[in-house]
Amino acid sequence: MKGMFALGMMSRRGLMALALAGTAVFAGAPAFATPKTAITIGMAIEPTGLDPTVAAPVAIGQVTWQNIFEGLTTIDKDGKVQPQLAESWEISEDGKTYTFKLRQGVTFHNGVPFDSSVAKFSIDRARGADSVNPQKRYFASIEAVETPDPSTLVLKLSEPAGSLLYWLGWPASSMVEPKSAVDNKTTPIGTGPFKFVSWAKGSKVDLTKNADYWNKSVSVKLDSAAFRFIGDPQAQAAALRAGDVDAFPEFGAPELVKSFEGDKRLATVIGNTELKVVAGMNNSRKPFDDKRVRQALMMAVDRATVVEGAWSGYGTPIGSHYTPNDRGYKDLTGVYPYDPEKAKALLAEAGYANGLTFTIKAPQMAYAQRTSQVLQAMLAEIGVTMNIETTEFPAKWVADVLKAADYDMTIVAHAEPMDIDIYARDPYYFNYKNPAFNDVLKAIEATADPAEQERLYGEAQEILANDVPALFLFVMPKLGIWDAKVKGLWENEPIPSNVLTEVHWEE
Amino acid sequence: MIAILIRRIISLIVTLIVVSLLIFTVMDLLPGDPASIMLGTSASPDTLAALRTQLGLDQPLPLRYLGWLSGVFQGDLGQSYTYGVPVAGLIAERLAVTIPLALMAVLLSILIAIPLGVQAARRHNGLFDYAVGLLSYVSIAVPAFWVGLLLIILFSSMLGWMPAGGFPGWDAGLLAGLQALLLPAIALALPQAGVLTRVARAAVLEVMNEDYVRTALAKGVSERTAIWRHAVPNAAIPVVTMLGLQFTFLIAGAVLVENVFNLPGLGRLAYQALSQRDIIVMQDVVLFFSALVILMNFLVDLVYLVIDPRLRADAQ
Repeated sequence: MKGMFALGMMSRRGLMALALAGTAVFAGAPAFATPKTAITIGMAIEPTGLDPTVAAPVAIGQVTWQNIFEGLTTIDKDGKVQPQLAESWEISEDGKTYTFKLRQGVTFHNGVPFDSSVAKFSIDRARGADSVNPQKRYFASIEAVETPDPSTLVLKLSEPAGSLLYWLGWPASSMVEPKSAVDNKTTPIGTGPFKFVSWAKGSKVDLTKNADYWNKSVSVKLDSAAFRFIGDPQAQAAALRAGDVDAFPEFGAPELVKSFEGDKRLATVIGNTELKVVAGMNNSRKPFDDKRVRQALMMAVDRATVVEGAWSGYGTPIGSHYTPNDRGYKDLTGVYPYDPEKAKALLAEAGYANGLTFTIKAPQMAYAQRTSQVLQAMLAEIGVTMNIETTEFPAKWVADVLKAADYDMTIVAHAEPMDIDIYARDPYYFNYKNPAFNDVLKAIEATADPAEQERLYGEAQEILANDVPALFLFVMPKLGIWDAKVKGLWENEPIPSNVLTEVHWEE
Repeated sequence: MIAILIRRIISLIVTLIVVSLLIFTVMDLLPGDPASIMLGTSASPDTLAALRTQLGLDQPLPLRYLGWLSGVFQGDLGQSYTYGVPVAGLIAERLAVTIPLALMAVLLSILIAIPLGVQAARRHNGLFDYAVGLLSYVSIAVPAFWVGLLLIILFSSMLGWMPAGGFPGWDAGLLAGLQALLLPAIALALPQAGVLTRVARAAVLEVMNEDYVRTALAKGVSERTAIWRHAVPNAAIPVVTMLGLQFTFLIAGAVLVENVFNLPGLGRLAYQALSQRDIIVMQDVVLFFSALVILMNFLVDLVYLVIDPRLRADAQ
């Protein structure tokens, strides 16, 4: 319908232009060629509330982070930490005192100026006793927050936290001001380049350009942006084709991606996400308490076939709990490469010459179901019988697997960036306990030197690749499909987001 | 008549209270904790405890039930865990989509079913009758959401006549709103129309053999008048009953169709609330649906009294 109207108008304009051509001189581009300044972004999942500091779902950050809310630091499209509301910082020799120089002249969308007292409020709210911040654990090392003057913020730590600057860039660490914080869930107020306009629940969120945006070094081209929520992949594809949605940065169905190839109006941009698809095993339960069994299962898996069967060939195989976006990434898929014969031999060595039987609790999502089926067939090749039991995600999975650890094997895509530390958590559903691994992670926090951290992250990846606490399968691709004229959207997603700052329509 | 009404209203309220208890218990038995879903995989135990306290989930079950029920009686349906806004407002917003959608579907199904059913009855065992019979069985057998997908593929993707889903909101204009609801209403109406056609055909066939229709015909009334003036009104009772019964299916269908067409209606709210374990929203929406079904049955009974004078006499 829209298309028909547009055509009608163009031809009418065309006629008018013809009529005018006789009398007026044609100069420059015709009016309809000026770039659009509005965009509609499609998302599969509607956020639950718009305050990333009180709930975990990544969809919240995908609407608000960097658009409405900003942090002391930020994470750029290469996954690197950059200054934002903190202009610069100094870290003491012992790594326990962080002194931030805050940016001046920044105001929230409601006019409240940003200063050290606001920053202190935000951090105290996130780490306080009744905090419901989903990443509260990352603020645990902060002992005291001091504000010597309005533009200086000092964080005193109980122990060095080498990843603190990175964590401060997360959506959950966004800066919020005392007056509006309570209502951010429904009417978010931040310092970002876009202001919240309205939220038609179940349908869309509207944003408008913040004319008073502090960062004059970027020129925000969009006047308005809308996020529309469409769950069904068929409906997503239809909305893209009909032009109802300009971009679907994370399109839901890999099997439909090829169907866009013939469409010249739409561009397909395949990138990486932070979603690590891993089949976690209960490392304290027989037979998975035997490292050899886990290694054998890993060797029974041909990752390329898994990616092909589960996600139409999109996705990058991984050998550890780490993605190519992450700093210090090592390709460790060669540690236990596909080798069914060796796998059988190792199983026999562990005392399972006649194979074994277990159950995988697989969530209902397409990737989990399909991957489980591919795994089932591969494991059968080495005499392992894997039964598939579908478990409702998130509710039942969180209750049975994550909290009760009542499972043999499960499969899930871990969404949080740089979350290799989950293997050091106790309790955590893998029940994986390796003091050597924990020491490496402690060493990462003990240093603030990025090069040293990257080296240590490499070590951590290697330990996991060798111990195989989970079958490391693949990183979900970011299946971006958008109007070919839309530029500036991120190709990769080192942190779940839809940063609109640089998005614009090309001529 | 009044006594019957009062009795029916009292039983209606009692039913609702029993239903509310049932809903509350079932929702509580559902595995999954709203707080852990909201706070994700990284949440520490003390954060979870803080959120549970904030949501009032740490209180004992009977207390929570009574709190909810007394709230409902005072028109306060509570606050959504996930959206953080009053549930009453959420439901009201969604009704602006679901009610017009359901009404359109009912209207469409009547417009399709009655003429087809009546014509099929007039020419029963003829080619037209068989064709209508086949079509109605197919439309009953095919699920509404699948019809919806086909309609999207044809009218949105291929022809580009209709939006592929979504709802522009009523402030975008009545026409835009109705247009967005047309395809989903058709998807929802077709299975209903199939059932209704069968019922209308059977009912008209039955009354066509009644004495009064024969008498009318014998008096020299044309067949057309005999059918529309005498047969159809008398065939209305089973049709209205079926409409009332179908209402439940209409709501169930709306949950799926709203998801396919991405309509922000009550059905999608229920679906989302279920997967997020936004229990308070679930309770309220299910209670609302139950109340609607109970009320529908009550209204169907009332309509009987209006269209069938014999029942009115009995009641007195």
